Amino acid sequence: MPINIDKEIEGSFQIIGGNFVNAGEASTQLKLLLSKLGVDEDIIRRTAIATFEAEMNVIIYAAAGRMHYHITPRGISIKVDDMGPGIEDIELAMQEGYSTAPDWVREMGWGAGMGLPNMKKNSDIFKIDSVVGEGTTIEMVINFP
Amino acid sequence: MKLSDFVGELSLEVKTCKEGLEREITGVYVSDLLSDVMANSRAGDIWITLQTHLNIVAVAGMKNLAGIIIVGGRKLPEDTRQKAEAEKIPIMTTPLPAFEAAGRMYQKLKQQE
Ligand SMILES: Nc1ncnc2c1ncn2[C@@H]1O[C@H](COP(=O)(O)OP(=O)(O)OP(=O)(O)O)[C@@H](O)[C@H]1O
Ligand SMILES: [Mg+2]
Repeated sequence: MPINIDKEIEGSFQIIGGNFVNAGEASTQLKLLLSKLGVDEDIIRRTAIATFEAEMNVIIYAAAGRMHYHITPRGISIKVDDMGPGIEDIELAMQEGYSTAPDWVREMGWGAGMGLPNMKKNSDIFKIDSVVGEGTTIEMVINFP
Repeated sequence: MKLSDFVGELSLEVKTCKEGLEREITGVYVSDLLSDVMANSRAGDIWITLQTHLNIVAVAGMKNLAGIIIVGGRKLPEDTRQKAEAEKIPIMTTPLPAFEAAGRMYQKLKQQE
């Protein structure tokens, strides 16, 4: 039952590396916005999973980053880019179970190596780009039904 | 069945959001890996875990879970408690280990079917 989106809506959130206390804030804000717009529950669920995993990775691995969203009558585009260490072997990082999370992060329950696969599974288009020493960019599109 | 139906059975101590206990629960998911919960839990589930870190509140909120049961008699840190109260996520603790907590819930939920 789409929806109240007759014009395009965009915006962005800052994400601060290491800030576990506010982890999930950007994704939660976007989720609230989608609820307000009356977006389909399953689309909200998929967007929540994909954006939260991307946000967590910035918090865990990078110094800082940004989540940009663009909502159109057709769907939601999300771009998460960070200033972080980058990923050396993207193919390896995409494998379920692969993680370089340090012990203290694993103790919190992160580091299953499922975040990137979760993002890919829940988006219709998933692109990842990374430069070692510079940062990582993730682009995801989730289409409305 | 509601969360409040399990309080006695699991010796639950309700730490946050008492009003959430009357919400109907649809299932239970047991895991200590947060991305696994993100992937595989379903809205309305109770989440059984030994994790007590702040981020469990965000996970439960993102997935619209009905609440969190922390097992093994672990203490709930104050910052997690405050965040859960603010975000209206019920958190309970039980002295039971995960296997037993899940087993008792499984039995009760199956009986009802
Ligand atoms: N933004 C990023 N910057 C640098 N490295 C990253 C970034 N995102 C992911 N990685 C690398 O890719 C690996 C796999 O990431 P993924 O999100 O799939 O799993 P994880 O974060 O290790 O564990 P989980 O997401 O299950 O908690 C990470 O361990 C890390 O080495
Ligand atoms: Mg991750």
